[in-house]
Amino acid sequence: MSEIKLGWKSLPIGGVLLEPGSAMRYKTGDWRAFKPIIDQKRCINCLLCWIYCPDSAIIRLEKFVDVNYEYCKGCGVCANECPVKCITMVEEKR
Amino acid sequence: MVRLNELPVEELFTSGHRLCAGCGAGTIMRMTLKATRGPTVVVNATGCVEVASTIYPYTSWKVSWVHVAFENAAAVASGIESAYKALRRKGLWDKHVDVIAIAGDGGTFDIGIQALSGALERGHDFLYICYDNEAYMNTGIQRSGATPHGAATTTSPAGRKVPGKPEFKKDLIGICAAHGIEYAATASPAYWNDYITKVRKGLEVEGPAVIHVFSPCPLGMRFDSSKSMEVARLAVQTRYWPVYEVEKGKYKLNIKVPQPKPLIDFLKMQGRFSHLFQPEFQHEIEALQRWVDENWSRIASLCGETA
Amino acid sequence: MAKVIGLTGNEAIAYAVKQCDVDVIAAYPITPQTIMVELLSEYVYNGEINAEFICVESEHSAMSACVGASLTGARVFTATASQGLALMHEMLYIASGLRCPIVMGVANRALSAPLNIHGDHSDMMGSRDCGWMQVYAENAQEAYDWIIQSFKIAEDLRVLLPISVNIDGFILSHSMERVEVLEDEDVSRFLPPRKPVITIDPAKPITVGALCLPDYYFEMKRQQVHALNESYNVIREVNKDFESFTGRRYDLLETYGMSDAEAAIISLGSTAGTAKAVARDLRSEGKKVGVIKPWVYRPFPEEDLIKAVGDAETLAVLDRACSFGAPFNALCSDVVAALYRYGKSSVKVFNCVYGLGGRDITPTDIRAIFNEALEAAKTGIVKEQLKFIGVRE
Repeated sequence: MSEIKLGWKSLPIGGVLLEPGSAMRYKTGDWRAFKPIIDQKRCINCLLCWIYCPDSAIIRLEKFVDVNYEYCKGCGVCANECPVKCITMVEEKR
Repeated sequence: MVRLNELPVEELFTSGHRLCAGCGAGTIMRMTLKATRGPTVVVNATGCVEVASTIYPYTSWKVSWVHVAFENAAAVASGIESAYKALRRKGLWDKHVDVIAIAGDGGTFDIGIQALSGALERGHDFLYICYDNEAYMNTGIQRSGATPHGAATTTSPAGRKVPGKPEFKKDLIGICAAHGIEYAATASPAYWNDYITKVRKGLEVEGPAVIHVFSPCPLGMRFDSSKSMEVARLAVQTRYWPVYEVEKGKYKLNIKVPQPKPLIDFLKMQGRFSHLFQPEFQHEIEALQRWVDENWSRIASLCGETA
Repeated sequence: MAKVIGLTGNEAIAYAVKQCDVDVIAAYPITPQTIMVELLSEYVYNGEINAEFICVESEHSAMSACVGASLTGARVFTATASQGLALMHEMLYIASGLRCPIVMGVANRALSAPLNIHGDHSDMMGSRDCGWMQVYAENAQEAYDWIIQSFKIAEDLRVLLPISVNIDGFILSHSMERVEVLEDEDVSRFLPPRKPVITIDPAKPITVGALCLPDYYFEMKRQQVHALNESYNVIREVNKDFESFTGRRYDLLETYGMSDAEAAIISLGSTAGTAKAVARDLRSEGKKVGVIKPWVYRPFPEEDLIKAVGDAETLAVLDRACSFGAPFNALCSDVVAALYRYGKSSVKVFNCVYGLGGRDITPTDIRAIFNEALEAAKTGIVKEQLKFIGVRE
């Protein structure tokens, strides 16, 4: 995640950021202590985990959802909110 | 009525922000931008969202976004709205731009209330969203005018003599509605449908609109990060956080709570209230319960409901 | 072609702003600037200018709204004084940091406490490190002329910084003077609409005002230093351009009698006018005195100042504000620093604080200062390095 840090002559003036959504280059997945595992067979694709996820880390697929582990911080909101309890939080092993 | 599978897949508030795990404000920002309807500029007061979403050179925002200072989101929004108005009149600009000001409770209830009042009085066409995590969470949990009675913060600690904040929460929507604006509402992100509908409604109103949304904070309210939406839901179900709107002066209760859960269900989930459960501070819980009951019946009666 | 009318300093500024095709004016009234805001609102309410007038609830919000408006690419004006400027202090740094070319008229007034509504430079001197360009006018004509030039200077892509045009409270803000005004079309020809490069256009979303930690903040500040350095030449270019339109000549500073002066007064604003009149009398008596009047105070015109000082041996620097606890007051500190930087520290300098809270400074006072400076030039001895002119002991 190390960026080349430009000098004052090269940086846009006024501290403006010209690339929308550049935070996508900043991966927050390594914050995670617990990892959500989705049992996709049981997923009813209700999308509640998707709407409640603070990190946009739930990926909408055709029939079920998936987790984007590059960004998931492991908060567990998805598991807590899942109406069919198909998401389990397991300890992250690195 | 919003359907989840019809909401845009694209995230205008992207991953990679550095809000805490389980932060309710992250969820609120995502929902907010899913309710936008076209060209949008967001003005963000200093606070958790601002700091965590735009650490240079990274930004989570895919709409134009401006941060100027802590106390002036509404004033900055006034300037942007007026400028686009002037530029359109001169033929130098051709689009309508939705301006959304976003501030926390510190930036709204306390240091920003003057700028907000001024902008509401002047009638600028913008939507102001206060995400209320009920203290200055960004700087490490200091009390604000939005902190509820009894809550422990670092400047209203759970002392041996004074058990948390002695004062009660300000009535923000009452203050805003008193300006005679067309739309003011409260919301909770647990009720995503209600919140997203309100954001859209607030944008559609010509003139100022204010939404006051409960923002669960695992760090400052002290609960497990997975419980954010549960806390936000309990806030409503215990009648702690009445969800209503004031449209052209007419109050409407959006979420009825005929059989409220006991307030202590909400309190005991959060470490900020844990000291109140010592026997000598029992009366503080009762005081808070009284406040909740009175607040609810006041709002219910404004909404024409029998409490 | 040119029209001559009677205008006060406040009126001259408002009149100039009317001709500059501004898009947004956000301002809060305060004595002695009030008339500026009243007139501008009148122009807007009468449809004489096609601008949005935001009658904000405080100066803090005035500057906040100006910053927001400026970021859209609009041309923006505000005006204030004294406590109002102090209240917007926080925003002044943000306006320059976010590179907003806002133009601000300031009717300089003393700062409380004790409360005082009259003219001195305490307000703007307290804001001298905010990253703004600062211009001080000697009379209503200069105020009018500098406002028109200021938009062009501030909006120049090599600069993109805010600028304030200062007039002495009451002395200039409320005195009616002869002002030669341009026709509207001439102003439009001199000052085309603002052409911003980067704005908050939602079609090309950008993030403005991000959190810059120790790894980036310093670079942003270095850019501002660079922009202020660039502004020297931009100001000169705009001055030349303006001269070709009006025949009126401006520069970073004005000099009077400096070609052979042995002693000189350096002063900002209206007092320089009095100093020139006294110098004229003294010169007719054969005394070699001169006056240096910086029009531009920020960026400080050090190079031009050194040239202007020439062979003068003594400088009396007049400050209409106190830098409490500092070795010298603001203008004098800058003059001394410039002399030192250019290896001219042998020039004798003394600092006169005058006119606080609107206390008059008379030709007699100024004559005494000149004589003291001449004496020091002759004897090589400065009697008093820091003087307070006209204060009762």
